[in-house]
Amino acid sequence: MKRFADLIDRLSCETGRNARLRMLRDYFATTPDPDRGYALAALTGDLSFANAKPALIRQMISARTDPTLFAMSYDYVGDLSETAALLWPDAGAGTRNDLSLTAVVETMTAALRPQMADLLASWLDDLDETGRWALLKLVTGSFRIGISARLTRTALAQYGDRDVEEIEAVWHGLTPPYLPLFAWLEGRGPRPKPQHLAPFRSPMLAQPINETELRQLNPPDFVAEWKWDGIRVQAALGTDGDGAPIARLWSRSGEDISAAFPDLIAELTGKAHFEGAIDGELLVVQDGAVQSFNVLQQRLNRKTASSKLQAQYPAHIRAWDALALNGEDLAPLPWTERRERLENLVSRLNSSRISLSPLVPFASWDELAAARGAPAATDLGVDAAAVEGCMLKRRDSPYISGRPKGPWFKWKRDPHLIDAVLMYAQRGHGKRSSFHSDFTFGVWRTGDDGARVLTPVGKAYFGFTDEELGQLDRFVRANTINRFGPVREVTHTAAHGLVLEIAFEGLRRSPRHKSGVAMRFPRIHRIRWDKPPGEADELATLEKLLAAD
Amino acid sequence: MAQRRASPDQDLPDNILPEQANSGRRPMTGRRAADLLTITPQGLYCPAGDFHIDPLRPVARALVTHGHADHARAGHGRVLATAETLAIMGVRYGDNFAGSSQTASPGVSLAIGNATVTFFPAGHVLGSAQILIEARDAAGRLTRLVASGDYKREADPTCAAFELVPCDIFITEATFALPIFRHPPADAEIARLLQSLRLFPERAHLLGAYALGKAQRLIALLRAAGYDAPIYMHGAMEKITALYQDFGVELGDVRPVPPREGRGGGDLPGAIVLCPPGALQDRWSRRFADPVHGLASGWMRTRARARQRGVELPLVISDHAGWPDLCRTVVETGAEEIRITHGQEDALAHWCATRGLTALPLHLLGYGDDDAAAAEETVTDAAAIGAAP
Repeated sequence: MKRFADLIDRLSCETGRNARLRMLRDYFATTPDPDRGYALAALTGDLSFANAKPALIRQMISARTDPTLFAMSYDYVGDLSETAALLWPDAGAGTRNDLSLTAVVETMTAALRPQMADLLASWLDDLDETGRWALLKLVTGSFRIGISARLTRTALAQYGDRDVEEIEAVWHGLTPPYLPLFAWLEGRGPRPKPQHLAPFRSPMLAQPINETELRQLNPPDFVAEWKWDGIRVQAALGTDGDGAPIARLWSRSGEDISAAFPDLIAELTGKAHFEGAIDGELLVVQDGAVQSFNVLQQRLNRKTASSKLQAQYPAHIRAWDALALNGEDLAPLPWTERRERLENLVSRLNSSRISLSPLVPFASWDELAAARGAPAATDLGVDAAAVEGCMLKRRDSPYISGRPKGPWFKWKRDPHLIDAVLMYAQRGHGKRSSFHSDFTFGVWRTGDDGARVLTPVGKAYFGFTDEELGQLDRFVRANTINRFGPVREVTHTAAHGLVLEIAFEGLRRSPRHKSGVAMRFPRIHRIRWDKPPGEADELATLEKLLAAD
Repeated sequence: MAQRRASPDQDLPDNILPEQANSGRRPMTGRRAADLLTITPQGLYCPAGDFHIDPLRPVARALVTHGHADHARAGHGRVLATAETLAIMGVRYGDNFAGSSQTASPGVSLAIGNATVTFFPAGHVLGSAQILIEARDAAGRLTRLVASGDYKREADPTCAAFELVPCDIFITEATFALPIFRHPPADAEIARLLQSLRLFPERAHLLGAYALGKAQRLIALLRAAGYDAPIYMHGAMEKITALYQDFGVELGDVRPVPPREGRGGGDLPGAIVLCPPGALQDRWSRRFADPVHGLASGWMRTRARARQRGVELPLVISDHAGWPDLCRTVVETGAEEIRITHGQEDALAHWCATRGLTALPLHLLGYGDDDAAAAEETVTDAAAIGAAP
């Protein structure tokens, strides 16, 4: 446990990728089985304890601290495990540093729910702060130390002198503590058999581009597609040992989201089954019309979907790439050839749930700019509401995992902008806890008595540089007129106050908000030190936008 | 708004707000503190003695608790402070930092107007003091008030130890007033630094520390741990460190960082180099051999702060009282009223309330209530001393 705690403690402060890889490699090289395998599982997110959950930690620390002081501390630290580790009574600190990671993992796996609190408490009493933190991180399962599963497997690959893709290929068939995997990497055993029949492939990502940069490129080298405002999804299909069809939906980061979309899975294992993998956007399509992201949200962040939800918001894949078909890896082929295979596939499947992402014809960047500026005027029609710009792809480019520079670009639609007035500010969490970094802003509205008043319309906590954050923080401190716990109210009259230019992606009606509207993805675009608050926008401006959307 | 009622500010007596203090409104009955000390735009003010404590802007008469730039400013008419603090102000601002200055000897009482003041060691940095004010309040009772300035109770070989001063009203700092701030023993943190030096003997260990107090304490702690190699320091720290030595603090072989050799990085492998926190990430730091970036500060208690500063070796060493010591001190002074100046006032006020003590946050602006301000302070230090950046 001590070695593991020291490893993640050092990793949490290390920012260099190479240094992190070195620390992980060293750990794998110098830590015996099965400890290192459990550490690997912890870092890749493959450890989970049914009877130990974050709620238990909260409950345990709450029983030992004053609730107000706990709340203030948690607000400051921004991380439950670390807060609890710092607050835990320091009785026998450090007396159990010999506790092994394997003992912790195996005991927690076997423990029943009623035993768990006493078990954790006995360890917490005896570990030092770093040990407590590491133990609690194990329980919550989210380390948040900037180490991705991919980076961990990359370190493992380097340790075994293998390519990381070789590890990825066998990974999904393995379980902690990965003894056969280490045996193979150390030349003591055979290569584990790839088990997963519908594996995740790391997706290709696009670089953002603006119009000036775009004009450096040669239009005939590229094709354009609409950038759909849904969620990126990879559908991977195969057949199991008994010949039964298998389908998995993977999110961009390799999370299996199949369970939330039984309607799509049924289609992909039924009449639209094929062998291979396609890449595309998950959307809701009602009566042939693509719905906006606001509608799609009804289906997101759920573990399952009721039949009512499935019927009301049917899930759909708008496909734009084919990664593998009938056992052939298509990734090395140029885009043009992959596209041809994809078009054939989609037309053969003939499914109402899978459609082809159409190309946007253009001969010059001006033409493309015109289409991007007014997608509704193209043959998209009502689907334009679900478009957030254009994608550009080089015709000759293979499919490369990661975010290679050059082959794919996203040219997003310009955000909406309004001028709003800063009304409240709150201290940030974690590393921003010394600054007021959450800003509530409002626009003018005419009240019942005819007076103009500000009504809050949103909250933004990014978009500014570190320097601007310092300036905003100073403004807040110097112009506080009221305090409500961590929240400060700042001066906001027509003559005195601060105008913020807010950029946002969309607007929807929201009965939960006093103003009746909610912004999507609001951020501070510019600080208008020059503008008097009286000249900021009116709520009517937003309401007009709502009507137009 | 419902939250408004819950806000601790709503309990503030009228006379403690700056604008009311200005308008000359008299104190509320039952609040003894206000007779002795109130707040003006310049900071804490004692009407009985007609002086300010650690004023933020120039005033006619200032009592200064210690030499940190947010407490000791230039341009006052008369300054009363310990000999060490006056010397530090002289180094920082030049000999003409005030119209006139007077030395306060620890434990020796002085009458100022209708008040009597006495300085006692605060254990924060060289020369740091708490100030005891004794005066009769409006009802004619003799009241003892202590303004703590910044303080710590841990042992520190570079300054006089904190002395507990019993009082009726205690004005405490609250920089680390959250229960998460339990500072570990400083020697254990020094052991981690020495362990890192053994692990990486080929790398320079660049250690960020505030120029006044922290840097000298680190050197003394390293010496106490048996480290006797030369310790190098950034130009911004040299004069203050020399001043410590002049006052008899033993620091061993301390050297300025030598002139740069060649163009590439690679200077001082395996050495400990102290610098202001602001210099850790700047171009100056690139000359050293693959440096390990360390930072010694109470703020290093949380990992997010260490990450924010790009620190690989966070050392939790503070010159302020941590949570257990703040709570202990508040109780041990026997004060029936507590006032809290800068830092995490709300948490300490809450804790005092659960112990049946009256405690109010003063919400003084302008003092280093977080590390961002402290970092700015060290930059000011460097500028004031005229050192190379």
